[in-house]
Amino acid sequence: MTQDAKIEGALYCPVPVPAKDAILLGHGSGGRMSADLLQSILLPALRNPVLERLDDQAIVDFGGSRLAFTTDSFVVKPLFFPGGDIGTLAVNGTVNDLAMGGAHPLFLSLALILEEGLPMDHLRQVVESIRVAAAIAGVAVITGDTKVVEKGSGDGIFVNTSGIGVVAPGIELSADRARPGDRVLLSGTIGDHGITILSQREGLEFAGEIASDTAALHLLVADMLRVSAEIRCLRDPTRGGLSSTLNEIAARSRVGIELDEKAIPIREPVQGACEMLGLDPLYVANEGKLIAIVGADHADQVLDAMRKNPFGRDAQIVGAVTESHPAMVTMRTRLGTSRIVDLLAGDQLPRIC
Amino acid sequence: MKYLDEYRDERIARALVAEIERRATRPWVLMEICGGQTHTLMRFGIDELLPKGIEMVHGPGCPVCVTPLEIIDKAIDIASRPGVTLVSYGDMLRVPGSKTDLFHVKAKGGDVRVVYAPTEALKFARANPERQVVFFAVGFETTAPANAMAVWQAKREGLRNFSMLASHVLVPPAIRALLGSRRNRVQGFIGPGHVCTVMGYREYADLVREFHVPIVVGGFEPVDLLEAILMLVRQLEEGRAEVENQYVRSVTYQGNLHAQKILAEVFEVCDRKWRGIGGIPESGLSIREEYADFDADRIFGTEGVTADEPAECVSAEVLQGLKKPTDCAAFGTRCTPGNPLGAPMVSSEGACAAYYQYRRHLVGAKGGF
Repeated sequence: MTQDAKIEGALYCPVPVPAKDAILLGHGSGGRMSADLLQSILLPALRNPVLERLDDQAIVDFGGSRLAFTTDSFVVKPLFFPGGDIGTLAVNGTVNDLAMGGAHPLFLSLALILEEGLPMDHLRQVVESIRVAAAIAGVAVITGDTKVVEKGSGDGIFVNTSGIGVVAPGIELSADRARPGDRVLLSGTIGDHGITILSQREGLEFAGEIASDTAALHLLVADMLRVSAEIRCLRDPTRGGLSSTLNEIAARSRVGIELDEKAIPIREPVQGACEMLGLDPLYVANEGKLIAIVGADHADQVLDAMRKNPFGRDAQIVGAVTESHPAMVTMRTRLGTSRIVDLLAGDQLPRIC
Repeated sequence: MKYLDEYRDERIARALVAEIERRATRPWVLMEICGGQTHTLMRFGIDELLPKGIEMVHGPGCPVCVTPLEIIDKAIDIASRPGVTLVSYGDMLRVPGSKTDLFHVKAKGGDVRVVYAPTEALKFARANPERQVVFFAVGFETTAPANAMAVWQAKREGLRNFSMLASHVLVPPAIRALLGSRRNRVQGFIGPGHVCTVMGYREYADLVREFHVPIVVGGFEPVDLLEAILMLVRQLEEGRAEVENQYVRSVTYQGNLHAQKILAEVFEVCDRKWRGIGGIPESGLSIREEYADFDADRIFGTEGVTADEPAECVSAEVLQGLKKPTDCAAFGTRCTPGNPLGAPMVSSEGACAAYYQYRRHLVGAKGGF
C-alpha cells in the first residue's frame, strides 16, 4: 500500500463509552454528568413540586412562615488550605445555599464522618473553624452526628451540614425567573477557591498570593434585597464555576445569556495558574461569590449596594440575558468575537500541551 | 498580565487582520498543525475576524486524538492488573478504547492517577516500591524529552518498579504525508511552536524545499496566530515558499539541543499508526533496546494487542483539512464531547471538540464557517 492510499483509506473511529454502569468521578463535577444522574435516577424516584425546582434550597410554607431548607456534603483534599478548611466550607456553603434563596439563616446541623486514625488535632482544628464560621454567620449548630469508618474508607473527614432559615414575604428568587434584558452581576473575582485547592494538591506555588474566597454571603444578599425588588435569581457559582451556574439559569429560564469577557474579574495569579495548567477560570469553583440576575433598570443600584459590602467590593456587571440562543451561554471575547461558554460533561481535565 | 495581555490585545489583533485583508488578493487555504493552535482559533473566534478568502483548516496535531485505539487498550489492560498504578495526563483518561476508558477502570478499583509531569510518576514509584508504576506517555516532540528524562533517571537510579507505555508521534512526517496526498489542498502551514521550541525548525526547511510550500512556525496566542497568518499570506502573494519563525520568543533554528540529546538517548524513530489517519512511516518514537527494562509494552507483554476501530466517522478528512467538523452529519447531534464518535471530538484540542465547545452557535450563520 502506498503512503497516499494509507492516508486516504477508510476511517474508523471508536465507539463511545456510556457512563451508565458505574459512578465515575465526573458524576460529581456539577457538569452534564451530574445533571444526568439527577434526571435519570434521583428525580424519577423522588419527584415532587418542591424538589423539582432544583434551586440551591427548598422553600416551603410552614406554620405561617416561609422556611428555607438545604443540605450539602463537603469532601475536600487537602482538609486545610489557605483561606480556610473543610469546617469553614461546611458552614459557609450551607449558609450560602440558604442565602441564595433570600433566606435569613438560623440553624445548622452537623454530621461528621471520620476516618480511623485521623489525628485528634485535625478534628479539633476543624471544629474550631466551624465554631468561628458559625459565629461570624450568626447561625447556631443545634443538632449533629458522628460516625467513624475504617482506615481507607474515608478521606480524613467528610462533613455534612443542613441548614434552616426563614424567607421574608415577597422575596421570590429562582433560576427560572431570568428574563431577556436582565443584567448578570458577579460579586467579585472568580477561580480563587478552585485554584487554591489545586495548587495545594499539586504542590504548586503561585507566589503564595492565592487563598480560598470562602465566605458567608447572607449579609451581602440582605444588602442587595434592601435596594431592589427586581432581583430575579441568586446563585453561588461553586463546583463547575461561573459557566455551569449560568448554563443552569439559561436552561431553567429558557433564555440566552451573553457574557462580556473583559468585565469578568480574575486575579492575576489565578489567571496565570489557569494558563499554566490549561484550565479555563470560568469552570473553576468559587466558595464566596454570587451571581445575581437583576432587572436592567435596577442593575446599577444593586451593583452599588454590592460594592459597599466587603464581599461585593469587586462586583461587576458581566453580561446580559438575551432572547436569542435560549439555554445557551455565549461570551463576547476580548477580541470582540463571540464564543460559546458550554456546560462541561465532567470535570475539567488538564491538557497535555 | 505581562506576556499574555499584549498577545490578546484587540487593537493589535484588528490591525493584523486589516493587514491580512490588504495583502490577500485571492483565497488561500492554510492549516495550523497543532491542537493548541486550533483551540486558540476557536476559543477567541479568530475565524470570525479573518477575511472570507482565508480558510483555516485544522491539522492532526492533537496528541490525544491521534493516539491509536490499541495503545489505549494496552493502557487499560495494564491499569486493570493488580499491583499496578497507571499515571497519565488528565485528558487521556476520557479517551475511549475498544470497550472502556480509564475512568471506568478507575471506578472499578484500578489505580489510575493524573499528573502534570512524568517526574511526579517517578516520585510516586520511589515512595511506593511495592507498586508497579507505569507512566502512559503520549504527545508530540514537545512532551518527549521530559518523558525520556524520566526513563533515563529511572535507569540511573536502578528503579525496578517504574516503566513507560510510550506512544509518541512526530510532526514532520505527518506534514509530509498530508502534502504527499493527491487530495491535499493546504497551501501554507502554521508550524507547531511548542514542538519547534524543542526540535528547532531545520526539518521544516527540508519540507519547504521538497514541496515548495511556505511554513511559518507560530505561537499560541491570538496575536501570534494572526501574525503567522499574515506572514504566510505575504509569502503566498509574493510567490515565495520559505520557512519563517513568528514565535521568536520561544523558538530557535536549532531548538533545545539538551532536550534533543536526551530524547535521542532514550527513544528511536519507528513507524506509527495515527488514529483517524492510519499508518505513517517513521512518524513515531519508541523506547530503545537499551532501555527495554523500562518499556511497559514489553514488561507487561502487551506488544501483540491490536484493535479494530468499529464505527465510521469523517475524522480522516477533518484531520487532513478536507472537511470541516461541521460538514459531518453526526456533529453536535450523535457525536458530542460527552459522547465522542471519533478522535477529534475527544480532547478539547481536537478540531471537532473545539468547534463544538466554542463555535457551534455560529453553524449556518456565516458562509465562511
